[in-house]
Parts: sequence; C-alpha cells; structure tokens
Amino acid sequence: MNSIQLNNQGRLKHFLDIEGLNRKLLINILDIADSFLNIDTKAVKKVPLLRGKTVVNLFFEPSTRTRTTFELAGKRLSADVLNFNINNSSTSKGEALIDMLRNLEAMHCDMFVIRHNAGGAATFMAQHVAPHISIINAGDGQHAHPTQAMLDMFTIRQNKGDFAPLSVAIVGDILHSRVARSNIHALNILGVSEVRVVAPKTLIPTGIETLGVKVFNDLKKGLDGVDVIIMLRLQRERMKSALLPSAYEYFQSYGLTESALKVAHPDAIVMHPGPINRGVEIDSSVADGPRSVILQQVNNGVAIRMAVMAISLGAVSEQDSN
Amino acid sequence: MANELKQRHINRDELLMVGIQTGGVWVAERLHKLLDLSQPLGKLNIAFYRDDFSRIGLHPYVNATTLPLEVDDRHIILVDDVLHTGRTIRAALNEIFDYGRPASVTLVILIDRNGRELPIQPDVLGCSISLEQGKHIKLCGPDPLSLEIRSNS
Repeated sequence: MNSIQLNNQGRLKHFLDIEGLNRKLLINILDIADSFLNIDTKAVKKVPLLRGKTVVNLFFEPSTRTRTTFELAGKRLSADVLNFNINNSSTSKGEALIDMLRNLEAMHCDMFVIRHNAGGAATFMAQHVAPHISIINAGDGQHAHPTQAMLDMFTIRQNKGDFAPLSVAIVGDILHSRVARSNIHALNILGVSEVRVVAPKTLIPTGIETLGVKVFNDLKKGLDGVDVIIMLRLQRERMKSALLPSAYEYFQSYGLTESALKVAHPDAIVMHPGPINRGVEIDSSVADGPRSVILQQVNNGVAIRMAVMAISLGAVSEQDSN
Repeated sequence: MANELKQRHINRDELLMVGIQTGGVWVAERLHKLLDLSQPLGKLNIAFYRDDFSRIGLHPYVNATTLPLEVDDRHIILVDDVLHTGRTIRAALNEIFDYGRPASVTLVILIDRNGRELPIQPDVLGCSISLEQGKHIKLCGPDPLSLEIRSNS
C-alpha cells in the first residue's frame, strides 16, 4: 500500500501507482474524467480549476503522447505548464534529482509530472517534496504508468459499460512493461472476471501469477473469447539480452492480425498504448480497423490526466486548510 | 414567475433556459413546462468554476453541464433555486461565457435570501426571505419539491 499517495482525509494527493488504491477512488477518477470530456464542445476549451497554479512536466525519458496530453490537460485546467525534457546526459552533469527538486520548489511550482527510467523515481520525489506540492507519475522504469492504466480503464468503460463480466488479454512484452503492471492492478481492483497475459516465456516475468493473472504462451489460446485486447509495444530498446529471435518471427507468433482476432469475442476491442510498431506486434489492418479504439485512447488521455491533476491539487489544498 | 417571464420575452425563438444543478434544474423544469418552450432545457454544473476550489478541493459529482444549443446571440434564462452570496451565479455566468456570447442573460430565482457578497440581483423572483446567519434554506426534490430551513451544524 502506497499510503503516501493519500492525504489525511483519504483523498488522492500524489498519483504514483495504481497498486494500493481502492475501487471507489478509481471510479471517482473515471467519473470526473467523464465530465471533462465535453470540454471540446465549448468555445473556450478550458475550465478555471487550476488557474494560477504551475505544473512542471519533468521528462527524463523521451515521450510525445504522454507529455503532450499532460501539457494539454494542464492548459485546459488553466494552469501554467512548463516542460523540461531532460536527457540522461544532462543529469550526468552531476545534478542529483533531489537538488533539481529543491530548485524547482524555489520557483513556487505546485505540481510535478515526472517520467523517469528508474523505477520508484516518482515515489522518491513524493517522499522528499515540500508538502504543498503534488507529484504525478507519468511512467517510472518498468514499475508503473498509472495514468495510462486509468485512460485504458476509461476507454474500456466507454465501450463495455460494466467491468465485472469482462475477460481482458494483455499481449506482448509483459516483462518490460509498466503499462502491463498498472493495467493488471487496475483491472483487478475494478473487478473484471479474468485478466490474461499472453507472451513468449522470455517476455513473462517470473511470479506474475501472484498479481492475479492467467499466463498464456500461445496467442490464439490467450485470445479465445476475450472482450478486450491490450497490445503492448515490443520494447526493443529495453532488451539487453537476446530474448527474441527477430521482429519478423515475433510477428508470426504474437502479432495481432485479422486472423488471430477471429478467436476473440465478436465485439472485442483492440487497444494499444502507443507508439505502435506496425508489422511487429500489430498488423496495420487491425490497428486501423473497426475494432481498434487506439485513437479514442489518446483523446481519453487528456480527460483522465485533467481528472488526476484536478483531484490531486484539490486534495493538497484541502490538506492545507485543515 | 412564468407569467412574468412570458411578458419579458416576446421573441421566444432565440431563448435558452438553463438550470443550475441540482435545485435550479428542478425549478427550470417546472418553468419550462409552464411556458411550453420548444427549445430543450440546458443544465449547468458550476463545480469547475467555483471560487473556493483552493479551499475545499474537487468533490466527486456526476451531473455534467449540458447546453443543447449554441449560446451565441441567444437570450439565456438562467434559473436557480436560492440566491444567497451570489457566488454561484458569478460562476455560472463565467461558464456560460466560455460557451459563447449570449445576447442577454435574465436571472430567475425562486428564493432570494439575505447575505449577498456580490452585486448580483434577480430579474424575476419567487419570494424573499430573511434568515439569521448560519441558517440555510434548501430546495429538496425533485418530486415533490419542498423547502427546508437548516442550521449550520
């Protein structure tokens, strides 16, 4: 349980990890995100909730989708948004994370959104940050990516309504995927009937069954009858050892094609957190096909990040006034 | 109130009646029926426009804002149950203007009570009441509608 995430009223103050949060809290995030969806219909695509607040995006790893949707979410909440894209080389100038944090605190910022290649980086910041500052984890190493998991849950709810009867398959590079870990926790907290992970043995971390999943090494068996398919990107940049023979051979066995999709439920939806490796983990005809909700996920990312930012900064304020 | 509104708005084509969640929507639904308006009713949730966010945080709610028609150049009839400090109406006006530039806004209030903190007054009013500080009047509903006076506990 990551109780550092909650304030003394039990509200979300930092958003670091899905693990340790309860169902009510997750549903609240989804409900608030719902009410941010129609913001696009307004002439002024903003609400004044975070007017006068400063949000800093600290990205120690490259990202396009996540960083821009966090930036857009902050701006639509009327916050001022700063973007720091920090190459690992510039941290090698010798500035420790904690020193950087102190410097940014001195600039009177209210929220840090952090992506880092080290697992636990966001939690470390939350432990050391001044009490009026809120931390959002935008992906830490192979550990967690909680806002991605919430936007996936949001997309599933939009398409399927109820979580309880669903069978969900997460397919691909489970070993290196923080998205998979966060999604497994979220799906189990929200109470789906079954979570499957589908991958070659070399890409399945040992002991994953303890998180409450069924492991499949065969794609067609793993997809049989599922309602939701979450494809993962093959993270070749994270593969230090030869875990796979070649991308081509991976596609032959684990690539999602029209024919592989046939064994799933006829109304099954196909998701992918992006960026897509076309022809490696997913065929273009599926990624662009009628079952794909990949672009809907991107749009939902803004609403979910708005919800998480507004809730967290609200909890910080509440704590201050009590 | 319905009669007074009838006299005010001769051109009924460009109206949009908007109730503020939740009590204002109940009052607006009644007026909408009495006036037999052809345009659908709008519902405003001002939670994202409140000026006390930095003190009370964001509380969960489900009823989102729905404005079924373009706001631009429309005569808005804004309806709420109780007018107290005026801050809710301030927030509602800000939200309406984020949707467009209305031709006019008419404020319709069921109960006006003392304790105003902003220069906001109703155009059409049901009745006024004077309450001690710490007492609140609340519309309960939706069916039947009733008024309750409560004390701050």
